[in-house]
Amino acid sequence: MTSLAPPAARGKPSTGAGGRSGVAWMALPALLMFLAFGLVPLIGVLALSFTTWDGIGAIHASGLTSWRAALSDPGLLHALWVTFEIMAISWLVQTPISILIGVFLAAFKKYRGFLAVLYFVPLLLSSAAISITFKALLDPNFGIGAGFGIGVLKQDWLGDPRLAIGVLIFVVSWQYIPFHTLIYQGAVRQIPVSMYEASQIDGAGRIRQFFSITLPQIKYTIITSSTLMVVGSLTFFDLIYVLTGGGPGDSTRTLALEMYQKGFMANLMGPASVIAVILVLVGLLLAQLLRRLGGRGDESMAEGV
Amino acid sequence: MSHSNLSRRNFLGLAVGTAGAAALAACGTSGPSTASGSSKTAAGYWSLSGPPGQPIRQAAVDRFNKANPSTKITATFFQNDAYKQKIKTAIGAGQAPTMIWGWGGGGLKAYVDANQVVDLTDWFGQNAAVKQKLLPSSFGAATVNGKIYAIPIETVQPIVLFYNKKVFDAVGVQPPQSYGDILDLIPKFNAKGIAPFSLGGQSRWTNMMWLEFLLDRQAGPDAFNNVFAGKANAWSDPSVLEMLTKVQDLVKAKAFIKGFSSITADSNADQALLYTGKAAMMVHGSWSYGIQQANGGDFVKSGGLGWMNFPGIDGGKGDPTDTVGNPGQYLSISSKSSAADQAVAKKFFSTTLIDDAEKAGWVKSGGVPVLTDSASLFTGDDAQYLKDMSAIASGAKVFAQSWDQALSPTVAETLLDNIAKLFQLQVSPQQWVDSMNGVIGQ
Repeated sequence: MTSLAPPAARGKPSTGAGGRSGVAWMALPALLMFLAFGLVPLIGVLALSFTTWDGIGAIHASGLTSWRAALSDPGLLHALWVTFEIMAISWLVQTPISILIGVFLAAFKKYRGFLAVLYFVPLLLSSAAISITFKALLDPNFGIGAGFGIGVLKQDWLGDPRLAIGVLIFVVSWQYIPFHTLIYQGAVRQIPVSMYEASQIDGAGRIRQFFSITLPQIKYTIITSSTLMVVGSLTFFDLIYVLTGGGPGDSTRTLALEMYQKGFMANLMGPASVIAVILVLVGLLLAQLLRRLGGRGDESMAEGV
Repeated sequence: MSHSNLSRRNFLGLAVGTAGAAALAACGTSGPSTASGSSKTAAGYWSLSGPPGQPIRQAAVDRFNKANPSTKITATFFQNDAYKQKIKTAIGAGQAPTMIWGWGGGGLKAYVDANQVVDLTDWFGQNAAVKQKLLPSSFGAATVNGKIYAIPIETVQPIVLFYNKKVFDAVGVQPPQSYGDILDLIPKFNAKGIAPFSLGGQSRWTNMMWLEFLLDRQAGPDAFNNVFAGKANAWSDPSVLEMLTKVQDLVKAKAFIKGFSSITADSNADQALLYTGKAAMMVHGSWSYGIQQANGGDFVKSGGLGWMNFPGIDGGKGDPTDTVGNPGQYLSISSKSSAADQAVAKKFFSTTLIDDAEKAGWVKSGGVPVLTDSASLFTGDDAQYLKDMSAIASGAKVFAQSWDQALSPTVAETLLDNIAKLFQLQVSPQQWVDSMNGVIGQ
């Protein structure tokens, strides 16, 4: 269920009408994969949400019982809130930093290749490995703070609800900023140099150039990157599961964790499926919303050049 | 244009993609239990990884395989918390191993209700010699609706109060004799910068042990028995409120190590806190001894570790000899496995699991076996500990099963969730009672 939300499909539509029907079948492998691992489980989950099942015995159809149980649970609203909190804050943190580093790297020619590789490393590590490492580093008794005797680092990082969310966002950012940086770097390098030259003649400074040329020109990249961030943050599971297990209490329990806990720990597959359906709907809704925000999909990025 | 070329390449891509999908699908469905493709019968056996249990379990399987070359048992080991999920998923998907390792109680009942495990009542009737070799008290959690669905194995594990003698000496205080003493000790340790109690709070069942003892010492076993029996509003017993208030008072008095809610028991960080002297005491299962021994250097050997049954509460109605914990571990046979595999499992039960090597192996790990007549093996460095654990287990008027194992998984999850919030002071005792009453008997 985790990779269901489709990336905003805004590829450049081909203008040559001839090729369209000829290559449609090329989508077949992807379509088959999507059917087998996306659509079929999704239909299964939707069907399960109208049943009562403990995950072990027989499945009984039970109409709306599971929906009623899941929707009347205050835990659902709380999980939704936590999910959006993490989504919003991690977007707010990641986007500006990614853009700035991306712009910087695009201009910084000398070590670009080296830095790009270096920045990509966190993305190559699995979330679970990253989480275990950070959990060990942040351990209040055996972690980095205690080890080096640095008082400031000796916080109850994952045991305090506020700090725990902060740590989650930090780790998420640490892992994904490099990826988004790369996207922005690519986008910035697409901007025609002539624009900057023209603005220079008009007397625009660096900051003015950034706000008047760079930002408007990477508008669609921002939307793509934001879609990836926002929809991706819906599916953070391994990271939170290993770092906090949804705790302390339920302060970092997102929708994905709530679903897991309901389904696989409390043996309530019906309500867990309801949460899964809600998760899919939220993901689709957000992806659509961001698409709308970007205006019509067929606008050219280089308009006005 | 070389259109044919292009289409061939894409056809290849499609073929590779499909093959990949098939391979992925195959990964998802073939559990370790069906791994052997040979004509030999391979009965699957899933259990927990890590010391001290895993080597002993592996040794038992090896012993059986050596003695029975025509059959084979394949063992797969998982981490504790991960295992609980994996085994449920495997059973639900009809991919259960032949032998299902568990804690009995509510989890076993869920398997029984779903018709997933074999009724062993008749088998034990026919093999009275096997039954006689096992402690009678360990059969309680293996019994559902008067029928036996599992064989008790491994060790009896009461939960006890461990303490670091070196820390007690350094601070100049005596081990607690009563709950009042514990309350007095808390500020003394805190003043020295030592946490009174270690606690792996992220695992949640670790917190639960406090509730179990405080409720029993406060009110005796009846309060929880009513919950177990599914009586309406059984949590509303005033002694439960009192117990919950006591727990929150402990949290407020900083009885538990800073950051306890982010410490997991699986990583044994809670154990490390005790043997490194960062914490003075710890309430934990008797298996903790083996971990301290394996990980704590010469801490246990040099006499650093002390232990006792959880002390009584002054004026409490509970008997201070009562204990709680795991009356045994349990092995059931999947009803979905083949007759041949079931026969292998039963042979494993009636030979290897009750042999002397098994008994000696568990004793050596610092555990009291569920097998009878093991007292003579209690020798060497661990003799005193083994004698004490055996005395606690057999001397207890009530040996209650851990709550999360006794109750159904659905109730247990709500319980653990609420316990975590209670320790976090996110819910009041009354809110705790209300939300627990809501799921009683489910």
